[in-house]
Amino acid sequence: MIELSAFLKELLSLPGLSGYEDPVRDVIADKWRPLVDELSLSKLGSLHGLRRAAAPGSHPSILLAAHMDAIGLMVTGIADGWIKVTQVGGLDMRILPGQMVTVLGQRDLPGILQMIPDRLKDKSKAGNPPKITDLFVDVGLAAREVTRSVKIGDLVSFAQLPLEMTGGTLAGHSLDNRASVAALTLCLEELRPFNLAWDVWAVATIQEEETLLGARTSSFDLHPDIAVAVDVTFAKGPGSNDHHTFPLGKGPTIGVGSNMHPALTTRFKKTADEMDLPYAMETMPKYSGTDAMAMQVTAEGIPCAVISIPLRYMHTPVEMVALKDIQRTARLLARFITQLEPDSMEIIFAESRV
Amino acid sequence: MKELIQQLCAISSPSGYENNIREAIKKEVTPFADSAEVDALGNLIVRKGKKGKDGMRILLSAHMDELGIIVTHVEKTGFVRFGSIGFVYPHYLPASRVLFLNGVRGVINHDTLEDRTKMPTIDQFFIDVGASSPANCPVKIGDLAVFDRPFLDMGDRIASKALDNRVSCAVLIQALQQVKQSPNELVFLFSVQEEVGVRGAITAAYSIDPDLGIAVDVTGVGDTPSAKQMEVSLGKGTAIKIRDSGMLCDPRIVRWMRETAEKAKIPHQMEILRGGTTDAYAIQSNRSGVPTGAISIPCRYIHSPSEVADIHDLENSVQLLVELISGPVKLK
Amino acid sequence: MSPKINPNSGMLTIGPAQIALLERLSNAVAVSGNEDEVRAIVLESVKPQADDIRVDAMGNVLVTCHSKAAHPLRVMLDAHMDEVGFMLVEDEGEGIYAFEVLGGVDERQLPGKAIWVGKDHLPGVIGAKPVHLAEGSEMHSAIPLKSLRIDIGPANGGKVSPGDYGTFATKFQKSGPSLFGKALDDRLGVATLIELVKHHPDNIELLVAFTVQEELGLRGAKVAAVALHPDLAFAIDSTPAFDFPRPDEKENTQYNCRLDGGPAIYIADAGTLSDPRLIRFLTQTAEKYAIPYHFRQPGGGGTNAGVIHKALGGIPSVSISVPGRYAHTAVLMARLADWQNTLRLVYTALQDITPEVLIPDRN
Repeated sequence: MIELSAFLKELLSLPGLSGYEDPVRDVIADKWRPLVDELSLSKLGSLHGLRRAAAPGSHPSILLAAHMDAIGLMVTGIADGWIKVTQVGGLDMRILPGQMVTVLGQRDLPGILQMIPDRLKDKSKAGNPPKITDLFVDVGLAAREVTRSVKIGDLVSFAQLPLEMTGGTLAGHSLDNRASVAALTLCLEELRPFNLAWDVWAVATIQEEETLLGARTSSFDLHPDIAVAVDVTFAKGPGSNDHHTFPLGKGPTIGVGSNMHPALTTRFKKTADEMDLPYAMETMPKYSGTDAMAMQVTAEGIPCAVISIPLRYMHTPVEMVALKDIQRTARLLARFITQLEPDSMEIIFAESRV
Repeated sequence: MKELIQQLCAISSPSGYENNIREAIKKEVTPFADSAEVDALGNLIVRKGKKGKDGMRILLSAHMDELGIIVTHVEKTGFVRFGSIGFVYPHYLPASRVLFLNGVRGVINHDTLEDRTKMPTIDQFFIDVGASSPANCPVKIGDLAVFDRPFLDMGDRIASKALDNRVSCAVLIQALQQVKQSPNELVFLFSVQEEVGVRGAITAAYSIDPDLGIAVDVTGVGDTPSAKQMEVSLGKGTAIKIRDSGMLCDPRIVRWMRETAEKAKIPHQMEILRGGTTDAYAIQSNRSGVPTGAISIPCRYIHSPSEVADIHDLENSVQLLVELISGPVKLK
Repeated sequence: MSPKINPNSGMLTIGPAQIALLERLSNAVAVSGNEDEVRAIVLESVKPQADDIRVDAMGNVLVTCHSKAAHPLRVMLDAHMDEVGFMLVEDEGEGIYAFEVLGGVDERQLPGKAIWVGKDHLPGVIGAKPVHLAEGSEMHSAIPLKSLRIDIGPANGGKVSPGDYGTFATKFQKSGPSLFGKALDDRLGVATLIELVKHHPDNIELLVAFTVQEELGLRGAKVAAVALHPDLAFAIDSTPAFDFPRPDEKENTQYNCRLDGGPAIYIADAGTLSDPRLIRFLTQTAEKYAIPYHFRQPGGGGTNAGVIHKALGGIPSVSISVPGRYAHTAVLMARLADWQNTLRLVYTALQDITPEVLIPDRN
């Protein structure tokens, strides 16, 4: 029985930046091993967990993708002990000054991420947010020591530890998208007692934050009949209140728009209604901003759905999520899967598209 | 090496129209290769060796196209308006000279601007080919040209147009010529249309379906006056790419490259490029994924008519490549 | 009513039936992401003559017309079914909705327009704050998209919901040599392809893709090309003609293409460097049959050829467009003669093309 809060806190305390996901992947693999029939890695390092259909022979397959990579920084140079960095994934420069970080060098080094003081810059730039080139990491060691312990290409991750907050919420960095990885894991656990009619591929994808590389290559490799991207979306909060945002703690969202197949959107909605599960419909007219963007246009095309967990303060080290939204997402995915029959492809897609 | 580069740089082959450079490279490689084919987009695919025990199909890619300009309109007064093929920077254009594929030469200049401190945009430039009307103009809509600048030998350093990426073509050619034995099936791809979006590499990677990929291209440097911070410098050896703005190299390959260079005592440096990408981006995302890395040639003034590189960095690059592909690949 | 074919040159002609089909297509609502209406017309139109029809995972219609030859050349034609438009994103009550735009629409083209919303084409408007109430400073900038709303009236409020689509309420009409309608980009292409399926030549394996979501980044064509795996491809689209006199009376050097000059053949755009062998083949064909044509200016923009040519191991491709004015606005305009000449050029090219065209290496 997986304890969600403990599992999540473990995931959030591990590095696993885009392109370098091994540390977090190993922990996910350990959790998935008892829940799947086969565990393997893609050629580039995405984690593939196969839960086979009960009957012998071949079956249609559904792929659930949750990216396991996180955003952070990478060392580009060291000058006199001051460490210069560049981004891995998309970062908001305005939230970076003053963050405690961990430099993953020869050993893990605590450091302060700061910006060049205004008094040392052009007066006209005073008060402006820093550019990436204005930032540096100070690990507090002698220059010689820094050069010995840190090299170009070393990764820098946020050091913020996860915080359990009131109302069943959790804050920390990398909840985008470890919250979805946790949801996927709970879903696999929920599926255990069932005989399934479809093969289920649980995929922890790499490099979503950079190029959707994992989704692109794993969906090509596994060529599923249906693909679902599980990711996070914007929760309502200070400064974020329009139709792009959804309440924390009121369930996952189901995506509507060009990246999602309408028949799958309808079916997910129907499933959630039958379960009396709280949820919201999320309009995403052009882009879903998820692994589904790559999966939909792989090979001859894959019908996709996007299920999202509301999250506050996305891409900061203090992202915030409601634990019960993760549990609801897991249950919705599990129910959807258990209701798949051998002829579901014909039934689901019967009315649309012809 | 210098003679080869000089010969390759003198050829006019902008993206989409690579036949001239392809023929020249084909002549150089054919005596040393098992086969050389041209695919649907014009990529030159050269194969050498068979996959033995512990061997892999390794794809080595260097793009053979260069930047170009294309005629969009000939004015009533005979001046030629143009657009760019690839990232042509306006500040490198004033008073440049160009050579059209049909042999015509011309001079670039721009509309007289009210504010002479402003940099004109591409559409404010024109080419003077000495015509006075469309009727006596020797070029027409759709005609292509490349920068017209001769090769310059500065000793350890060389300068020319199209060092990006003829130097890498030369590196691949020499690696092909020098590799003696290998358990690997080697595929040398001289790709097309990289400058407009790594297009040739996308399709070639699909047909070749390699186990591992290495792209060879130029990269920027941080060693010129007031340069943007970058640790790569001319003359410090071949550059092993960690990441650029398009992709993250496979860490296993970066490690393999670095350990091989250290063991063979080949001068090398580590590269992070914050503006630009290479064929590696296309190879890595091919099919089910291909572990991919890149070897880069440090280069100053990229995309200008006079790019500068160091001859020893080029020799080191050949050395490292030969070292890498000659034995079984052990990634950890 | 069957189309007229000139018995002397074996060429297709645009007659009342073809114009009626274009009218149906132009008036149909098929915004990127929901192309159902146009797909239905396409399926109905091609069923009689197609050997194989498939609708894929994204909603593309893939049609095959077999060849009689032993090892025929596989030729793909592409036209996109989707148009630019809107998606409702928030119900603000009383029939007023916030919306987002699909495809590249200049927001200055939006205020004060009539639109259709939802499956039932409910009439609505995109209003604008009265000028009497606008402050002086507001008049100097475009009305921001964020402040615009779709209004379908209080009685219809609730009949549509966020996720529903809408587009400009433009009814097609012909006037003299010109055609007015919304979405002529790319219903002209769709109508052309339907005509070519109806009269498909049997020397080639004709693979026709009616694709989705072109306006959102060429998405449908990417997978259609993989499914059809042709030897070469022609994308048929419509490209803007900016052939206006300049206000400063200088020469217009950025017209992109011209009306009345026949189809515009692409040499280079932002997404594709057309295969020179196919450019040569098209111009030779046009000259052989005395079909007027001109070159679209090399530059930005693009067609589905941008993804088709990069599919699989590479597919030699070229684009041909019917010139049109006012693309991505409420009303587009094109010339009947330009459409006719585009149809003729593609038709004769298909009849004359042989595998020899790809024998020389590219260039």
